[in-house]
Amino acid sequence: MRKFMTEEPTPQRGPVVNDFSITVGTVNGSGSQTSNLTILRALFKMGIPISGKNLFPSNIQGLPTWYTIRVSKDGYLARRDEHEIVIAMNPASFSHDLADCLPGGIFIYDEGIKQAVTRDDISVYPIPVKALTNQSDAPAKLRGYVGNMVYVGVLAQLLGIDLDKIHQALDFHFSGKEKPIALNMQVIQLAYDWAAENLTKTDPYRVEAMDGTKDYIMADGNTATALGTIYGGVQFVGWYPITPATSVPEEINANIPKLRTTPEGKATYAVVQAEDELAAIGMIIGAGWAGLRAMTATSGPGISLMAEYTSLAYFAEVPIVVWNVQRMGPSTGLPTRTSQGDINLCYYLGHGDTKHPVLLPGSVTECFEFGWKALDIAEQLQTPVFALSDLDFGMNHWMTKPFEYPDQPINRGKILWEEDLDNWDKPLPWGRYLDIDGDGIPYRTVVGNRHPKSAYFTRGTGHDDYANYSEDPTVWAKNMERLNKKFETARAIVPGPELHPRAGAKIGIIAFGSTDPAIREACDYLEADGIPVDYLRLRALPINGDVRSFMETHERIYVVEMNRDGQLHQILQTELPEYSTKLLSLSHNDGLPITANWVKAAITEEENK
Amino acid sequence: MARPVQVNMVNLTKADYRGAKSTLCQGCGHNSIANQIIAACYELNIIPENIVKFSGIGCSSKSPTYFLSRSFGFNGLHGRMPSLATGALFADTSIKGMGISGDGDTASIGMGQFKHIMRRNVPMVYIVENNGVYGLTKGQFSATAEEGLTLKKQGQNPYMPVDLVWEAIVSNATFVARSFAGDPKQVKPLIKAALSHNGIAFLDIVSPCVSFNNQDISHHSYAWGREHEVALHEVDYVPAEEEIMVDYEEGNAIDVEMHDGSIVVLRKLGNDYDPTNKSGALCMLEDANKRNELITGLIYINTEQKSIFDFYDLVDEPLNRLTAEQLRPPKETLDAINTRMF
Repeated sequence: MRKFMTEEPTPQRGPVVNDFSITVGTVNGSGSQTSNLTILRALFKMGIPISGKNLFPSNIQGLPTWYTIRVSKDGYLARRDEHEIVIAMNPASFSHDLADCLPGGIFIYDEGIKQAVTRDDISVYPIPVKALTNQSDAPAKLRGYVGNMVYVGVLAQLLGIDLDKIHQALDFHFSGKEKPIALNMQVIQLAYDWAAENLTKTDPYRVEAMDGTKDYIMADGNTATALGTIYGGVQFVGWYPITPATSVPEEINANIPKLRTTPEGKATYAVVQAEDELAAIGMIIGAGWAGLRAMTATSGPGISLMAEYTSLAYFAEVPIVVWNVQRMGPSTGLPTRTSQGDINLCYYLGHGDTKHPVLLPGSVTECFEFGWKALDIAEQLQTPVFALSDLDFGMNHWMTKPFEYPDQPINRGKILWEEDLDNWDKPLPWGRYLDIDGDGIPYRTVVGNRHPKSAYFTRGTGHDDYANYSEDPTVWAKNMERLNKKFETARAIVPGPELHPRAGAKIGIIAFGSTDPAIREACDYLEADGIPVDYLRLRALPINGDVRSFMETHERIYVVEMNRDGQLHQILQTELPEYSTKLLSLSHNDGLPITANWVKAAITEEENK
Repeated sequence: MARPVQVNMVNLTKADYRGAKSTLCQGCGHNSIANQIIAACYELNIIPENIVKFSGIGCSSKSPTYFLSRSFGFNGLHGRMPSLATGALFADTSIKGMGISGDGDTASIGMGQFKHIMRRNVPMVYIVENNGVYGLTKGQFSATAEEGLTLKKQGQNPYMPVDLVWEAIVSNATFVARSFAGDPKQVKPLIKAALSHNGIAFLDIVSPCVSFNNQDISHHSYAWGREHEVALHEVDYVPAEEEIMVDYEEGNAIDVEMHDGSIVVLRKLGNDYDPTNKSGALCMLEDANKRNELITGLIYINTEQKSIFDFYDLVDEPLNRLTAEQLRPPKETLDAINTRMF
């Protein structure tokens, strides 16, 4: 991966409004997430575009953790490496945090940390966390938790965050429960008043209300995926806990009872926590085969365990949906860091010739959209469908467009019940694997169909059009060719790419998923530097739509992705070998979400060669 | 005039319950088990479409094609039939599952899923056709092969065996029985009783491998089985549809009422054996083990434990017949969600 020097801005003299990053260093398990989300939500309610990223260790309590909030009047939501405002609450990361603060920036720290502040190029504000929490009504055992509210109050005073909006944020966080809201608000107010009285502002940073968020909601990708899945009519979820996918089934569990219970109080779904990923995929394949809309959510290690069953589901033509909320591999890797390293794995998962449609949501709201679409596509194609989210989408809170109600009715694909078999009028008798329509997709019956001719025996071994066991070479080859034809049909069914053109662009970027905000921002910077770039955001594999013409019409195309080997770059080279020399791989692979500066610097370097 | 074809109470002939011709070795115990499944379903007047068959990988797992060809079936992965069945049975809970596995499939790679389907009490029949050997790969030891057994290419087995009956009981299975493929009189009523049980019904059926493990000294051979088999009781089965006629002497028998109202009658040969006593069952197995005896019959039953479906308050109609309208919540609900998404 390329390393680029950070471009540090020279200290600015005038006020800096709604355009900076805040990072908070705390101890994980100390309750800081409530404080950080409160700041994030209050700023959002002030109409200021924000994004928040939790940089946490694979641990429950005790290790350093950071939370970064980007405040951007321009609506840029990507992570930045630079932090103008640093809040240090953790002695263990104090010196790191101090060094992290940009010249001219703000450094707020708990004065209980007895470590030297060795910089004179920043505004330093020590805060009496213990004294202020002791003044509150918090019982002794809760003081540690509410202590993090002290920096919320101080920051609110220094930057001008509206206390009413902070109250709204707490009200949301604690679902209107008066006691915790009042307790936290009291600490914030104490800190706010203390700061007003005791701190002299020597920095230029502040916030001002604007109207940059009114068409947005705030949500995390896993909740969006869960809700999209519910609105897609999921009937069976089999799952096993794994970071960072766990909150998908948990959010399904939290939301589905209210949304999918009949007036008589009966459930139209079942969610089963399996004993492992081997069983989770087995359960959803059983369910999908039996005519239930079935899904699971997992991450890389779980996908590896699901490989053998996926190969069977591909060959036996069982519709299932597998969400992969990617984390950094190989191996256990960095379980709490983000990655796009499983695109190759998912596209080709399984032994023998296997390939699967892979959906690539590029925003939190698209996680919702692909949540329901994936179930339609799987049943239409009668095959496993993968959807690739990642930790950055899945576990962070994003401002995103509201979820849109599905604009197409639920599509169950070619499924036959008793009356369909009675009224069968096709030229050939029904056969489970018989391609009647010429699109490679056969008709299927499912368990529970009582028609005496409905049953068939499903197997992972060679079979003919009528599902009978066969080792006949011609039958085998013909069936595999039909599966290939079905994959060609899939091209027209999966979502097409999204184009972001710029006037006069001769070069292009192809990317997917959570890199989207960084790439859009980088395109702005590159254009300002006189390098206009067209951007194609891939939304699914296999490729379709404008991907070919995009390659044809650009001199060079940068494939930007977050993995070491340039996996999408390889896939595109394989799919469209005639353009392979035009494709350049830009890989970012350190576990942190990609930044616009990195993309801009990488492309500038290449273009200047 | 042609002789009228014999039919059962649902007007089906025995042929309606048959499957494809077996491709297993001649004399394989698995074939006789398939025949007893056919007979049991025919006699219980079960419509074949109301059964769904599952299996894993191995000789035993091939056998679902040899019975009930009018039933749906899914031949899954090695050791992973339980998860497949668990998911599929949710689609229509009026359908009974019939899982066929082997000792290679269940007692090694499948041990985890085996134990979890036991503890979840998924209502289905789970038969292990147990021959102590891997047949399809031509004669390796399985985990149920007894210590000291010698096989042609493998030498002597140094390890202690897994007893699946024991494993099932300690995993909180609710119906655990053992039989011997060469004893159709016992196999058939046990299959019938298993089909009536509202929960997991595990049958460990010793089924000798004629090709790779049928030495007289092997516990999984016909000769050993016949000689060492100790039946706990004769099992009789009375379907709920008929008047319950019980043929036993007071104090000498235990009736076990199944969830569907039918009754399994256990005619004890030995002293009072109470199959509802879990610790008693485990002690009895351990004692028999010491005596080198193969205990057959219904070893443990619990009709009180809820099945997995009792924990899911599902709609009355089959889940897989719900309409698109029943599956997608109305638009107002999403508007409300968007409003509360801070």
